Amino acid sequence: MSRFVFDEERLSFARSVRDALARLCPPSVVRAAWTSETGRSPELWKQLVELGLVGAMAPEPLGLGMRELDLVLVLEECGRAALPEPIVETSVVVSLLRDARETTWLPRIADGAIATLGLETLVPDAHVADVTVLARDGALHLVSRDAVRLTPEKSVDGARRLFRVEWSSSTQLDVPLSAARDRAAFATSAFLVGVARKLLQTTVEYVKIRHQFGQPIGSFQAVKHHLADVHVAIELAAPLVHRAAHSLTHGDRDATLHVSMAKAAASDAALLASRAALQCHGAIGYSFEHDLHLWMKRAWVLAASHGDAAYHRGRLADAILTPVSP
Amino acid sequence: MDLAFTPAEEAFRAEARAWLEAHVPRDLPSGDTREGFALHVVWEKKLFEARWSVVSWPAKYGGRDASLVEWVIFEEEYWRAGGPQRVTQNGIFLLAPTLFAFGTEEQKDRVLSRMAAAQDLWCQGWSEPNAGSDLAGIKSWAEKVDGGFKLYGQKTWCTRGAFCDFMFGLFRNAPTGDTHAERHAGMTYFMVPLRVAGEKAPGVNVRAVARLDGDDGFAEVFLDGAFVPDRDVIGKVGEGWKVAMATTGSERGLTLRSPGRFSASAERLIELARDEGVSDARKRDAVAAALIDAEAYRIYTWQTVGRLITGEKLGAESSVNKVFWSELDVRLHETALSILGENAQLDGEWMKGFQFALAGPIYAGTNEIQRNVIAERILGLPRK
Repeated sequence: MSRFVFDEERLSFARSVRDALARLCPPSVVRAAWTSETGRSPELWKQLVELGLVGAMAPEPLGLGMRELDLVLVLEECGRAALPEPIVETSVVVSLLRDARETTWLPRIADGAIATLGLETLVPDAHVADVTVLARDGALHLVSRDAVRLTPEKSVDGARRLFRVEWSSSTQLDVPLSAARDRAAFATSAFLVGVARKLLQTTVEYVKIRHQFGQPIGSFQAVKHHLADVHVAIELAAPLVHRAAHSLTHGDRDATLHVSMAKAAASDAALLASRAALQCHGAIGYSFEHDLHLWMKRAWVLAASHGDAAYHRGRLADAILTPVSP
Repeated sequence: MDLAFTPAEEAFRAEARAWLEAHVPRDLPSGDTREGFALHVVWEKKLFEARWSVVSWPAKYGGRDASLVEWVIFEEEYWRAGGPQRVTQNGIFLLAPTLFAFGTEEQKDRVLSRMAAAQDLWCQGWSEPNAGSDLAGIKSWAEKVDGGFKLYGQKTWCTRGAFCDFMFGLFRNAPTGDTHAERHAGMTYFMVPLRVAGEKAPGVNVRAVARLDGDDGFAEVFLDGAFVPDRDVIGKVGEGWKVAMATTGSERGLTLRSPGRFSASAERLIELARDEGVSDARKRDAVAAALIDAEAYRIYTWQTVGRLITGEKLGAESSVNKVFWSELDVRLHETALSILGENAQLDGEWMKGFQFALAGPIYAGTNEIQRNVIAERILGLPRK
């Protein structure tokens, strides 16, 4: 057992996912998702299923029997690739179905069916989901595709389509809504850390080769300090995300607060990274043709989903201070 | 990733907690005045007698041979119990790591136990009027004489220097040049007696300098031929830069500012916000942010500890620590002052803490320098 850090097994699994995604999901694939009819690539999903990522949290032998602590670094890698697939949502749904001992959908998802999560008004990838977990009156419901009516909304991130969902028949899922909210916020945090890391890495590479005034712009202190701040923000956000994974995995009684800390810090780090990345790229980064916006916009939408930083700090404040009476 | 502690570590924590809760002094005045300093030394001696002053050191110097994990635990408990800022810290946390790395057995035997026991109090003599962040720009020099060196020049911003008997510092033993290599060569690391048997040492003049908060926490040290024997050179003559950089790692990194300090400050801030019944959304947001920052630094540190105990070395990462804790400390105190409202005008404890926090981004290498280090040595951006 590694003390305070990830063991080699988890690190090497994450590395293998990173390598696989570098191959399967280069920026061209993310960009293609913007213009494809569904915003997705069925081919890519099939490969994620084969890698075991889709059903990772399903019990063995259906899945890999993973918990949040096993998956957190993998989700970071998905973020690094700006994976245009509902991996965050499907992972959370799988963990909820596992807890509910649901037996119909779990094997189907492990086999490649797509699930999404509708805890908020805007539901990502609902148009391709075979099944959706939705919240109503404080309870979770499992809703199959034929029971939903979708209204598409224009998402700023073209690789993550958004819908409003109306639905009729459903099966209630015997898992608390709060568990779904915590896991969704957690998984989103992990993905955001990966997005932020990629934004920083891309920008560091760019400022080394972009010359102005006869020298690389990365030699200017103003640029260095932007990127140093991003590095600090990411390095201090990631441990909170890892701790949230630990607390969810072990059922720590403060897990909800730990998730809020993680989501607040990861959202802020990713937004800072996108701001600095754009500024340091200059006009080229502002162009639609450049890949930067694929990551930047993912940072924006995920920072805003499942509670933004201010929401989670507010939730934390209510827990540690006297709640403000309404 | 195992975040649990072993039974032995839990027992260590319990022992530390029980002792500290029973013995931590209440309402000590600032240690940065002459009267306050003397009271703090009494506390330091008490810590030493119970073998809590230097837990990670070998027993023969008064420590407990505690592991790095236990050291961080002790620090958490020390600050949690409301322990005061350590007036021995510059010796214990800055000079001692250098001695452990470069000192001779004779030096360690002579210096460390007395330092741990607060019999000898140490200040740092690095900065000079024209050498702050650019430490390699120091001008104070050492002249070789029979049996030792004579020191000349001026050191400044020596914390608690007016109350200390000894100083450790960097001096030029050879003229400097313009190239990077020349500027960093020709320096030597000395231990310098400022007072001998209660009297000021010949060739030494110390002048107290008031800090931002008005306390005489700083000193200028003027050297005019003060004699230092050869045995008080740490490392080799001319290799002072290398020796000095070993302590900057400790200063910026774990040892100077362990996370326990900020966890304790965040708890105090939360208490303040509760007592004041804070309802303003922005202030509540800032309190939550302070707790998140303190927790981030705490978990980050445990992960760092995890890497250190598997044999990794802490390099430029210590600059990440330094930027983060120094700025979280300022934000945390700003939040406390905003909660105090009009009472923030008063020269109270939070205002005192705020003024101390403001020094954080400046000392131990300004945060601008730290950001350069992060950008160049971690991110790999070009120096020029």
